[in-house]
Amino acid sequence: MMAPYAVQTANLGKRFGKFEAVKNLNLAVHAGEIFGFLGANGAGKTTAIRMLCGLLLPSSGNGQVAGFDIYKQSEQIKQHIGYMSQKFSLYDDLTPAENIEFYGGVYGLQRQTLLQKRSDLLEELGLTELADMTTRSLPLGYKQRLALSCALLHDPKIVFLDEPTGGVDPEARRNFWDLIYHMAQQGKTIFVTTHYMDEAEYCNRVSIMYQGEIIALGSPQELKQKFGKASMQEVFIHLVDR
Amino acid sequence: MNRIIPIIRKEFIHIRRDFRTLIIIFIMPVAQLLMFGYAINMEIQNITLAVIDHSESPASRDLIRAFAGSKFFTVRHFDGGESRVGALFQNRQARIVLIIPQDFAATIARPVATKVQALIDASDSNAAQAIRNYADAILQTYNAGRGLAAPFEVQTTIQYNPTFKSTYFFVPGLVALILIMISALLTSVAIAREKETGTMEQILVSPVRAREIIIGKVVPYILLAFMDGVIVLLVAHFWFKVPIIGSVALILGAALVYVFVALALGLFISTLAHTQQVAMMAALIISMLPSIMLSGFFFPVASMPKVLQWITYVVPAKYFLLIVRGIMLKGNTLAQIGTPLLVLLGMGIILTIISTKKFKTTL
Repeated sequence: MMAPYAVQTANLGKRFGKFEAVKNLNLAVHAGEIFGFLGANGAGKTTAIRMLCGLLLPSSGNGQVAGFDIYKQSEQIKQHIGYMSQKFSLYDDLTPAENIEFYGGVYGLQRQTLLQKRSDLLEELGLTELADMTTRSLPLGYKQRLALSCALLHDPKIVFLDEPTGGVDPEARRNFWDLIYHMAQQGKTIFVTTHYMDEAEYCNRVSIMYQGEIIALGSPQELKQKFGKASMQEVFIHLVDR
Repeated sequence: MNRIIPIIRKEFIHIRRDFRTLIIIFIMPVAQLLMFGYAINMEIQNITLAVIDHSESPASRDLIRAFAGSKFFTVRHFDGGESRVGALFQNRQARIVLIIPQDFAATIARPVATKVQALIDASDSNAAQAIRNYADAILQTYNAGRGLAAPFEVQTTIQYNPTFKSTYFFVPGLVALILIMISALLTSVAIAREKETGTMEQILVSPVRAREIIIGKVVPYILLAFMDGVIVLLVAHFWFKVPIIGSVALILGAALVYVFVALALGLFISTLAHTQQVAMMAALIISMLPSIMLSGFFFPVASMPKVLQWITYVVPAKYFLLIVRGIMLKGNTLAQIGTPLLVLLGMGIILTIISTKKFKTTL
């Protein structure tokens, strides 16, 4: 079956006891799009992304990722998505090469392919010289790119990035967005959460989440026009401080 | 299956690079065994015995000589009178006081029961029990020497550990303790660490199945726990000369079942704990304490209060101790250890089912 959208949800919701973390989420993300998922901390972004990645079971509603149902086909979804969280989930006591080998192995990559990818990636990341160091001693910017590389080893169609630029310096953030554009050009769909509003300007479309609900959705240009503001920062403050 | 191997390989790298884990795995068991083997000796010697001899007769001096002649007692005379016996104990000048009455020589010459009084400091109750046994033995020998046979005679033969060697007693308990500690503590901490750093989340978004993760995480610890069990048994048998009368294969087979229970316990703890700290505390409390206190390792289950006895039914180490003591010291066969083995198997299965179900939903 073919769905026209990379990510599509209908009234998706998640409730923890009495607390509704996500309410009636309706999204349709096009293939190849850079979709920004904005919101303050605690707005429900991470909960939503975890439901889409199959880490959390929704309480209500429906959803499809890469054309697969999020309730029944989470195994197929996992083959087609890459996920990178703000924690840069690497093993600190392993070397960069060992991290790549491990995640490649977990995705079931062929040994030959994996070894090739490993040396290509180390070269590309400028880590060939540092290959024997533990990941713990790498600068944050390197860790971030290594974490992204590990999430992309199986060449996924859709990439979920949960605050991928948290804690890194502005220059590293810019470089990271260059990578995001590069991935989008290759036809990957990018689903990215952030609370840096300057980053929102780089997205094709954004949604703004507030207390578990989407309160605005459109391209940065449309939203700025609609609310008569000069930047996404102002749009966000206008919407959230109502 | 192909996805399990990278997880196992990675786990071994963690273990190799983590100094603390290596110490826990390889140094601690041997250190504990040496400590239990050498430092803790249940046999007491040079017990100070104070004698208050009101009889001052050849007969009473005979009795005192019997005590003085044994290697257990050091005899000293005390002239302070009964009223000051308390001070003797208070100042640790005696652990047992023997009071011989004035009419001792007269009554002992007649065929009636003769009484002497022994007061024992029981502030250390185990020692007091031992002192009492030594004193009884000496009195019996004394009676026998005088040709006064008791109406009937109890002949006691101590079986399976005739010399009461404490290593015989500690080794099975130590095997039980080390296996559950390594398995439960290290697995639960290893899984909690991945939750803490977010790597568990990263693995769970991959197509790996929960059971593949679980198998990959526990297999290294099965091997290590097993190696530890073997090390402890080797040291016990060849260094401390603890016999292994039954089948070695049967011990190892039972150890495998026990490790399975311990790992399931570790998994269960990891589903409750989200940080390494919590996992470690929970594992210590849930695995180590009951294995030491409530398994029969040090304290016999039969002498516990009823409520504690009920709790021992869910302590895996209790069953494993029965099995290991049975095989090592009594030469038990599979038929004789079948029931405790089945109980352990049941515990393992129940815990595994609960934890695998919880594993997916608790991240």
